Amino acid sequence: MTTAPLATTPVYERPDALTDVPTHYCPGCTHGIAHRLIAEVIDELGVRETTIGVASVGCSVFAYRYFATDFAQAAHGRAPAMATGLKRVSPERLVFTYQGDGDLASIGAAEILHAAARGEAITVFFLNNATYGMTGGQMAPTSLIGQKTTSSPLGRDAASQGSPIRMSELIAQLDGAAYVVRRSLHDVVQIKRAKKAIREAFEVQQRGLGFAMVELLSSCPTNWGMAPDEALGWIRDAMVPAYPLGDFKVPEGLRPARKGAHA
Amino acid sequence: MAVELLKGNVAFAEAAVRAGCEAYFGYPITPQTEALEHMAKRMPELGRVFVQAESEVAAINMVYGAAAAGARVMTSSSSPGVSLMMEGISYIAGSEVPAVVVDVMRGGPGLGNIAPAQCDYLQMVKGGGHGDYRSIVLAPSTVQELIDHTVLAFDLAEAWRTIVVVLADGSLGQMMEGAELPPMRPPRPPSERAAWALTGAIGRPTNLVSSIHLEPSEEEAFNQRLQAKYAAIEAAEVRVEEHLTGDARIAVVAFGTAARLAKTAIAAARDDGLAVGVLRPITLDPFPTAALRALAERVDGLLVVEMNAGQMLQDVQRVVAERVPVRFFGRTGGVMPMPEEIGAAIRELAHEVGAADDAAPWQEVPA
Repeated sequence: MTTAPLATTPVYERPDALTDVPTHYCPGCTHGIAHRLIAEVIDELGVRETTIGVASVGCSVFAYRYFATDFAQAAHGRAPAMATGLKRVSPERLVFTYQGDGDLASIGAAEILHAAARGEAITVFFLNNATYGMTGGQMAPTSLIGQKTTSSPLGRDAASQGSPIRMSELIAQLDGAAYVVRRSLHDVVQIKRAKKAIREAFEVQQRGLGFAMVELLSSCPTNWGMAPDEALGWIRDAMVPAYPLGDFKVPEGLRPARKGAHA
Repeated sequence: MAVELLKGNVAFAEAAVRAGCEAYFGYPITPQTEALEHMAKRMPELGRVFVQAESEVAAINMVYGAAAAGARVMTSSSSPGVSLMMEGISYIAGSEVPAVVVDVMRGGPGLGNIAPAQCDYLQMVKGGGHGDYRSIVLAPSTVQELIDHTVLAFDLAEAWRTIVVVLADGSLGQMMEGAELPPMRPPRPPSERAAWALTGAIGRPTNLVSSIHLEPSEEEAFNQRLQAKYAAIEAAEVRVEEHLTGDARIAVVAFGTAARLAKTAIAAARDDGLAVGVLRPITLDPFPTAALRALAERVDGLLVVEMNAGQMLQDVQRVVAERVPVRFFGRTGGVMPMPEEIGAAIRELAHEVGAADDAAPWQEVPA
């Protein structure tokens, strides 16, 4: 047979760093996108076999099922402490945590702040969807003022329920934090930017520059009571104004200097 | 190695260093802080890991992380700090990673005080954290034993993939006495970490360290496996000391510092003609059930002495099952039971059960 094989170019494949397991995430939830971006970066950096992940408690409790790397399952909020233990005795490994807003900004606020303050050489992915997804949509520390949740049925009231915590801004103030950025997963452009940040956050760890965190604004269509596209619109229109996207801290020399760029 | 004058807290910290401990995570709390301070100096100078955590909650979760990586790791604390560690201890038990926790107990409940007590018995021996787990609990009564138990704790933790608790008290932590440190054992190189550990999946399937079993039947199967392991530990690891129990008609059951005080008390009672001995559980879990039951078969009465309101007493009563009268003498709140008080309780029991026939006449102990 001399027939030339049909020319095919793969345009979409499962990254090696993702397992071939259907996720438990709801339709339209952006956890799947975040997982895929992290896995693509792990593949591109060639670090699947030298990376250890730490799952948290919340919707991402089962993250260990989906990443094809060594994984630990931490107690609620304690992933940065567990990652500290892992990294300190395995300095040559890349260690990352994957945490939601209830986990990182509420019950684990002390652990994340002190891991950052110590400049732990870990990479943190912080999925902020302004609600407790796994337990059914309660008010999170990042819920917006006026946001209706099952535990703020009349809308979050600042006077009695406090105001949203902007963790990236808070953590960026700490000298130990080397890299802190906020990105969003609500459209293709933002997703591409998020992937670049994920890569940088791993590179910060590889280069021993200190603590790195990428906050990712995410959707929770189920608990927000919205269709998936509507939920993406709510990130753009309601969350981004409350949680401005941008770089809060980037170590010098991480990015190549661009010609003509203003200092 | 030679006998040196050593403070308990420093002695167990240095013993851990010499047992090849690779990482220590802790938080300052009296009366164990000297251990943290010793580690702060020693671990970095040996190129090992020391982190002063932001809380005991964080410290035990750092221990969990380092243990998950297969490193030899420990923490130490005192009663209120150990209460904060209960969450992490449950997760460690539920993940079957080895870890060592030293509890230098103090008076409670609540903030209590910083004086020696044994009021964490129930918390450490019966669980404390959530779920059907057990720990191996060692109860040293001298600084030498505090050293030896710390070394043993690492070996037991790794052999059984379990938490091992060294249950000391403020008296042992703060006292200085002659003791001999073990020779220096170098830490295990990272390349020799256990096959289950999170070391990076280089050329092997991925490893997972987790305590989650969402499917109830799987969780039950896991629990059954844990219980089988605890039964095997019970069969293999009981340690107990019997002191002058051969001819005893009365026996004191006590652990740690209370047992030490009891030994002084029975020496005086024996001088007065009372046949008294001491049974000292060295492992509180597994509890020396067989030895205690055998002793209960041949004595006329048992006196449990503790620095609490009667916590191990429940285990003694369970094991003895009314074979002989079991009485209790305890002091709480950080007050140490004096040998004279214990002696008075021994005499009272001896008279009650008719074991004082040959003894010197009863004398009131001056207050």
